Amino acid sequence: MSTIAPVSLPTQPTPPDDGPATAVIRSWKTPIALGIFTVLGAIMLVAFGRDGISTMVLSTTSDLIQLPTVDFPTRATGIVISVLLLAIATGSAWLVRNSRKTPIWLIGVFAFLLLLGFLAWASAGASIPIPGLLFGSLSLAVPLIFGALGGVISERVGVVNVAIEGQLLAGAFTSALVASITGQPLLGLLAAMLAGVLVAFVLAAFSIKYFVDQVIVGVVLNVLVSGVTGFLFTQLLAPNAATLNQPPKFDRINIPFLSEIPILGPVLFRQTLIVYIMYFAVIAVYFGIFHTKWGLRLRAVGEHPQAADTVGIKVAATRFWNVSLAGAIAGAGGAYFTLGSVGAFGKEMTAGAGFIALAAVIFGRWDPIRATLAALLFGFASNLQSVLSIIGSPVPSEFMLMLPYLVTIFAVAGLVGRSRGPAASGKPYIKS
Amino acid sequence: MKLELRGITKRFGALVANDSINLTVEAGEIHALLGENGAGKSTLMNVLYGLYRAEEGEILLDDKAAHFAGPGDAMKAGIGMVHQHFMLIPVFTVAENVMLGHEETKAGGRLDLAAARVRVKQISDRFGFAVDPDALIEDLPVGVQQRVEIIKALSQDAKVLVFDEPTAVLTPQETDELMAIMRQLKAAGTSIVFITHKLREVREVADRITVIRLGKVVGEASPTATNEELASLMVGRAVDLTVNKAPATPSEPALVVSGLTVIDPRGQVLVNNVSFTVAAGEILAIAGVQGNGQTELTEALMGLQPRVVGEITLDGKTLRGHSVRQVLDAGVGFVPEDRTEDGLVGGFTIAENLMLDRSHALPFVKRFNLQLALLAEFATAKVKEFDVRSQGIDTPVGRLSGGNQQKVVLARELSRELRLFIAAQPTRGLDVGSIEFVHERIVATRDAGAAVIVISTELDEVAALADRIMVMYRGRIIGIVPGDTPRAVLGLMMAGEPAPNSSAPLPPAPTEGAAA
Repeated sequence: MSTIAPVSLPTQPTPPDDGPATAVIRSWKTPIALGIFTVLGAIMLVAFGRDGISTMVLSTTSDLIQLPTVDFPTRATGIVISVLLLAIATGSAWLVRNSRKTPIWLIGVFAFLLLLGFLAWASAGASIPIPGLLFGSLSLAVPLIFGALGGVISERVGVVNVAIEGQLLAGAFTSALVASITGQPLLGLLAAMLAGVLVAFVLAAFSIKYFVDQVIVGVVLNVLVSGVTGFLFTQLLAPNAATLNQPPKFDRINIPFLSEIPILGPVLFRQTLIVYIMYFAVIAVYFGIFHTKWGLRLRAVGEHPQAADTVGIKVAATRFWNVSLAGAIAGAGGAYFTLGSVGAFGKEMTAGAGFIALAAVIFGRWDPIRATLAALLFGFASNLQSVLSIIGSPVPSEFMLMLPYLVTIFAVAGLVGRSRGPAASGKPYIKS
Repeated sequence: MKLELRGITKRFGALVANDSINLTVEAGEIHALLGENGAGKSTLMNVLYGLYRAEEGEILLDDKAAHFAGPGDAMKAGIGMVHQHFMLIPVFTVAENVMLGHEETKAGGRLDLAAARVRVKQISDRFGFAVDPDALIEDLPVGVQQRVEIIKALSQDAKVLVFDEPTAVLTPQETDELMAIMRQLKAAGTSIVFITHKLREVREVADRITVIRLGKVVGEASPTATNEELASLMVGRAVDLTVNKAPATPSEPALVVSGLTVIDPRGQVLVNNVSFTVAAGEILAIAGVQGNGQTELTEALMGLQPRVVGEITLDGKTLRGHSVRQVLDAGVGFVPEDRTEDGLVGGFTIAENLMLDRSHALPFVKRFNLQLALLAEFATAKVKEFDVRSQGIDTPVGRLSGGNQQKVVLARELSRELRLFIAAQPTRGLDVGSIEFVHERIVATRDAGAAVIVISTELDEVAALADRIMVMYRGRIIGIVPGDTPRAVLGLMMAGEPAPNSSAPLPPAPTEGAAA
């Protein structure tokens, strides 16, 4: 919803060289959204306020540095937070009235306060283990981050990758099978990457060589992979679970010193090899895309393939190999399901993670770091659901199951707004 | 470096785009390649640049045969190209665009942006370009973007530089500057191939002229040839470069626009407080370089723009805030500037395209049923009247030539009772014969008593059609001047300089506009 502020009307001929004029379009979207959340928050925290003490546990028992637990009186906390939320929403409305934008950090503070209020409310009379909550969030986010990195590379080079889901699933299946047979999780990981590449080959061949609609190929690939792995699972893996579906998991590796950082140390640095590979992948993809020759050419092909062609860059080959690379990365994410978290392959175990990863790509505006943060947010939303059902919150579990997807829709539709992706993404490059 | 093309033949299916073309460009000369749109000039240059593979013929550089598998090979051989549609990536900086394809890297594979900046700076300083290496391409005016293209080619040590229709997007002033740059390059020993269909430019800058028609070389000419000689060589028959029209007999102001402002979603003001009137029975030409708000102005008049402030009335009734349907019903005809994108449905037949604007009611739709017999009759008559050359009314318009496509658009728009006719870039990309036809119809529409607005970036067209000329610059009206205003004045106005004796740059009172 927008209104147009009056344009300043020049009373005399304006000197021509003053650049394009701009008008401020007041967008009331932000204050209205904040207002609605404030009302909802106040209803929950005050009108349906709960009594008791909410406890937040900040350290695990094995930590070197033990932080004290923090206690909140639930009802008082709710009231204070409601007031603060109201103040921020009002402030945002005031800024828009004065034709200014609401700063992003203010929205961040708002979201944090709302979350804090919700946690305190939901855990009245119980305690929430914060490191556990965060650790679980990261675990759920790992495949999303791998998938999103694959999506970023693929879309940046000009091919919409709807097949992330299929690549994750193929990776999960193959790694379970290979690691079970060989007993080597590392070989399982490599096999998963290979499986991701194979799925990517099909996507690349059809969309780059034969100009088939990329979204359709992607969707069909997802269905195909789901069918093939499902069939092989029931026919092969399930009857021989002991030999074919019992892969060794990666071992936890504690990084000295870093793993002792309060709160974050145990979350980030007591992880398996595959998670450390992920950290490296995020940094490498970011650096590669924005600071190397490979990245410059990749982005050029995704933005304006013809321009890239006229300076001697082979568009089709660039797209083909980078879509394959994207497949390898997404495949590695699939291996995390079987070798990192669950420990065995299950039918359709990715459960839509590939699509959430795709949402993270868009929410992260085709930037590897932002896409990673988006994936972490989605992971957090998923994990919050399970933690709250364990400590017994009054929210129906069915509602909490919706939470990650609600967050996804709000994030992509509401916060991203008009964002510009790679200009040639999804468009085949047809040379005459 | 001397460039020679021998017997180049390039076919697209049954179409022979280049028919054994011979062309020799001596070192350090400016060689103009003159021809109409679709004559095969760009195809020839794309063959030279390695983008297309020719079926027959060879390319010789300094008398040695060269084989290009792709643009990379052509660049290595010293051929550079300034494309008609700039081959620049809008979201990259100047330096990134210049380095793309032959990047220098530092340790660890990091891009060496500093080196690219220095390179841009060097070339830019040598020719006095004043280009900032760190500016984003999308923020630069087209004239500067073109310089980036030149820098890109020169950074590869191009010895032969091909300019493909370089002046299409430039103001007359920028065109003059480009001519100066070409002469400077020539003085530095660069051979230049200059592709164009504009006669004046050719005569001004070329050392030799080769004329191409329908894929064949039809002759050479020297820059001293007259416009008429060059034009008849180019078209293949004697052409009349003027439009026959009687003086206008404007009556009451029909269209009155006051304080019109159009804003895009990002808050940029595209049309800034524009006021003017058009009388019934006159042609108002809106001149200006592409992208100065003309497109958005016409879209606002048609009801196609969502964020519009101000007032638009036609015969005293308001149009603003009305749907496109209501605007059409008020008697407005519209020829959009991109006929394939906005004017026609390529896969539909001529007959179907002719009824697109009347798909909702009588006469072509009766009780949800198309009246196909009536439509066929109507289409046959219109095809005859507008001389649409096709195999029949069931031919998909996508298969027609540009000129015939435009005739279909005109036939549709002019077959209703019109009070206002808006034609945006009505002759862009058309052959000379079609241009003559379109101009005649526009003048006939005026004489039938409609108010006519013609938007054009070509000064020749503006001068030929206009009763009054309105020049737009950065969304504002720079001035409204009589139809016989000299080109030089119009050129300055298109660059943002108000004419000495034009009516006020800001809105003339409605009556004043009608009286001019």
